[in-house]
Amino acid sequence: MDLKCLFRPSTMAVVGVSTSQDNHPANVIYNKNHLRYPVKTFPVNPRGGLLNRETLYQSVGHIEEDIDMAVIAVRAEFVPKVVEQCIKKGIGGAVIVSGGFAESGNLSLQQRVVDIAKEASFPFVGPNCLGIYAPDYVDTFFLPGERIIRPDKGNVSFISQSGGVLVDQMVKFAGQGIGVSLAVSIGNKAYIRETDMLDWLDKDLGTKVIAFYIEGFEKGEGRQFIKKAEQCSKPVVVLKAGKSKKGIEAVSSHTASLAGDYRVFSEIMKQYCVAEADNEYELTSFCESLSCYPKGINPNIGIISLSGGHGVIAADACELHGMLIPRIEQETIDTIKEKLAPEIRNIVSLVNPLDLTGSSVDSDIVTAARHLSRDINIDCILALLIPYSPGVSTDIGAKLSQVARNEDKPMIAYVPNEDKYKIIIEGFELNNVPVASSVEGAVLMAKALKRCRSC
Amino acid sequence: MLKKNSEKIIEKSKPLGWVLEPDAKVLMKLQGFDIPDFILTNSFEAADQFLKKSESPVVAKAVSKKILHKTEHQAVVTGIFSSDHLKKEMARLQKLDGCENILVEEMVQGLEIIIGAKNDFQFGPVIVFGIGGTSVEIYNDTAVRMAPLKPGDVSSMVESLKAKEIISGYRGRAGANMEILTRLVVNFSLFVMELENDIESVDLNPVICTRDRCVIADARIILPSP
Repeated sequence: MDLKCLFRPSTMAVVGVSTSQDNHPANVIYNKNHLRYPVKTFPVNPRGGLLNRETLYQSVGHIEEDIDMAVIAVRAEFVPKVVEQCIKKGIGGAVIVSGGFAESGNLSLQQRVVDIAKEASFPFVGPNCLGIYAPDYVDTFFLPGERIIRPDKGNVSFISQSGGVLVDQMVKFAGQGIGVSLAVSIGNKAYIRETDMLDWLDKDLGTKVIAFYIEGFEKGEGRQFIKKAEQCSKPVVVLKAGKSKKGIEAVSSHTASLAGDYRVFSEIMKQYCVAEADNEYELTSFCESLSCYPKGINPNIGIISLSGGHGVIAADACELHGMLIPRIEQETIDTIKEKLAPEIRNIVSLVNPLDLTGSSVDSDIVTAARHLSRDINIDCILALLIPYSPGVSTDIGAKLSQVARNEDKPMIAYVPNEDKYKIIIEGFELNNVPVASSVEGAVLMAKALKRCRSC
Repeated sequence: MLKKNSEKIIEKSKPLGWVLEPDAKVLMKLQGFDIPDFILTNSFEAADQFLKKSESPVVAKAVSKKILHKTEHQAVVTGIFSSDHLKKEMARLQKLDGCENILVEEMVQGLEIIIGAKNDFQFGPVIVFGIGGTSVEIYNDTAVRMAPLKPGDVSSMVESLKAKEIISGYRGRAGANMEILTRLVVNFSLFVMELENDIESVDLNPVICTRDRCVIADARIILPSP
């Protein structure tokens, strides 16, 4: 399925623009794309006339130019007719924003739209959705631009059955400085489904991590999804909703009662190394760390801190999330000790988690990170940086990222998310080392790599 | 392709909605899986002869279309050594609701595990593996994987159990023979793939594992409701 017309459109028609209601979804979509995006946008309303001095087209057929995609925001009962007009015009695909289909019991109307579209191979997103946010290309969310928080362009793609969850996740991504390459709310997913998105995003050069919010699959679709995820060259992250047992069904076998729907889902995700996030915070952390380190690891964590307390908190969180804090080689300890500044040599603790104390300076931290990375027992470094420590310079982020690159071992940093420390955070992030804003967040980033390990 | 006899057994069981234990066992045997030696009879003399020839104690079970869960109906008696005991229990079992026959079989002793299968709505056939017995739901120490399985999946299932040491051997007690167990679970998953459209769920519980055997001591196959 070629979805380029939807995610990289040059021209777009917005059907259902109102002449009287400025905040009608179609008007919001038309305005933001017309004014702020490179996509050439045409408003459509059967009554024709003018809207803000621009021509309103009576139907998509009245537009002279070729149209890549249509946004359909008309009442549900008019959708089949508009879809037919789009097909006749030769439009590549659509986003059907309108509600009033399967979600409100109107299955037959939805099926009619699907039948018309399938017959003509006319892919559409929705119905009952927010549609597509492709930074620098197009934004069909019917939320006024001034109201939403948009993450920058980046390499995470997020596909969600729920529009609300999607917008909320955008806020979280933006807050953590995670950039997005494509965000799609697929709504009732009547035509384009998770499996189609997986195919598309696997090939999309701008995407490095593919994340999903999933409520449920159709019959046999879970198997199809997991087979595609297995073949996919990029890490796949899922957040599942609807985990609680629905009612108490009478089950006649032990197996049926042991293997409830969610249990099956979760265990199969693990079996095929799809990183299932337990909640939206994990989802955010997982996306950030997997966008830097697409390959999984064994969960052997080496921790460097400048305060004993941070090391212990991190070690506790590691245990809680099933990660190990292995003992390191005596040789590693000796090498680090020898290279540390003489002033701190006798006050540091070089047992994992390492405590370099508040008296350490950049070169001590770099030395410890370098040699801990070389230890055979360690697969990932957590660098818990407390930037208020006087010996830590603003260059520490850039310096430690060099170590991570040279030693080829994933490093995850914790730096409090404050404007004051931005230079350190960017020193890491611009050099492809993920930064968490809490100790536990850093541990969750390491957990993502464990969930994704090659089985 | 399902063997012809297997198809016949499933076809015959459809009106009931599940496969009676002796038939389910035959089905397993046709797949080459290990089941205990047994005799299906209503004659005490035949059963007694089986007991006398048997090197181990025997188990007696009521076979009834009305009893899907035998434990709840006291329809299973284990550890029968003597003819007197056998006679008494056979007479009692024969009085249970709908009892057609008595299944008398060799009693294998060892580690009890469950190997199950379910045709999941979203994922199709999945396999459940874990600590078995009559209290499986209480311990719920099981792992789930999508069928068909590779040998590595079986190791990872064992590894994920809380009681993994019991399967690998613990405090001088022999665990399961991993090679035989792995072969059984993998082949069972292949069998379930073939049966995908014919079954709703399967419980092999318990499967008794010893140092050199994995024996399916009970099998329950639930067919899809029409």
